[in-house]
Amino acid sequence: MMQLALEVGQTAKPEAVMFWILGPMAVVAALGMLLVKKAVHSAILMAFVMVVLAIFYIAQDAVFLGIVQIVVYTGAVMMLFLFILMLVGVDSSDSLTETIAGLRPIAITAAVGFGGLMVALLGRATLGRDAIGLSGANANGNVEGIAMELFSTYVFPFEVVSALLITAAMGAMVLAHTQRTKARPTQRQLSINRFRGTSLASAAGLPGPGVYARHNAVDVPALLPDGTPAPTSVNASLEARGDMLDYKKFDLSEVNTQIEEEK
Amino acid sequence: MDASNYLYISALLFTIGAVGVVVRRNAIVVFMCIELMLNAANLSLVTFSRINGNLDGQVMAFFTMVVAACEVVVGLAIIVAIYRSRQSASVDDASLLKR
Repeated sequence: MMQLALEVGQTAKPEAVMFWILGPMAVVAALGMLLVKKAVHSAILMAFVMVVLAIFYIAQDAVFLGIVQIVVYTGAVMMLFLFILMLVGVDSSDSLTETIAGLRPIAITAAVGFGGLMVALLGRATLGRDAIGLSGANANGNVEGIAMELFSTYVFPFEVVSALLITAAMGAMVLAHTQRTKARPTQRQLSINRFRGTSLASAAGLPGPGVYARHNAVDVPALLPDGTPAPTSVNASLEARGDMLDYKKFDLSEVNTQIEEEK
Repeated sequence: MDASNYLYISALLFTIGAVGVVVRRNAIVVFMCIELMLNAANLSLVTFSRINGNLDGQVMAFFTMVVAACEVVVGLAIIVAIYRSRQSASVDDASLLKR
């Protein structure tokens, strides 16, 4: 009996191996979420953490939750995040510069304190206790067990949650819907704005990107008559993404004529 | 290995998520860090369910997932609405209440 209690309380060897491989990877990915510059990379790391958590759920006899985690979180929620990222695009908020002085040291100190406190509390709270394990509760199957709980003890919260879901769907529709407050400018109006504005500089449209002997693409700015790059000649989102090339690389004096022409 | 190791990793993930909410400026990344905190809480609920030998913790985690899904839908709609009016998804730019 004692031996059985020990075996149930201690996670088995394969689970320990899985935990010590996947656990540190999840923590590193979560830290990476804070450190990477681009929001899309954060989203990918977040999806990785969620998949690892799903594996942890399945390893802990929560098969239903593990599947739901993959379907709902990595499937639906992360897709929604990526979709909104695509909609919103990139801007300066991706930069990692500290805008409030001293915020970062304070945040890290508070986090170390909070994390230390939690770990210390957990160490005291669970010391010397054996886990019971879910083999008894899952005797009729995990899905059946959760369904029994959900439709007997938790039936009222379940109904409330359904009302919450409908309200959230309505709220999203209301928030995403915008009513046009001004009439759409007509072609005539646009033309008047262009030619009777304060300056005629943009009357002929924005300048195109640079065309160079060795590089012909939209990511290099064109040069103005005085030799400076024209900032409006490159799409602003390319600039925000940091994909704009330096025109100097293609300057005639910089080009090395000794190397062979790129095919 | 003890089942409470999962609780330690849950505490770590929760702390990392909290730091992210404070440190990052892009509203979408802040939102993802909130999701990370919710997920960490879910992991501890599932672990408690295992330690105590009943399924109540798993039902709680299920409810958390539903509420998190609602929160994501409404939150992302708010972010899109703010982006439409201010052309920025930075949490520092929406500071009208400051003055």
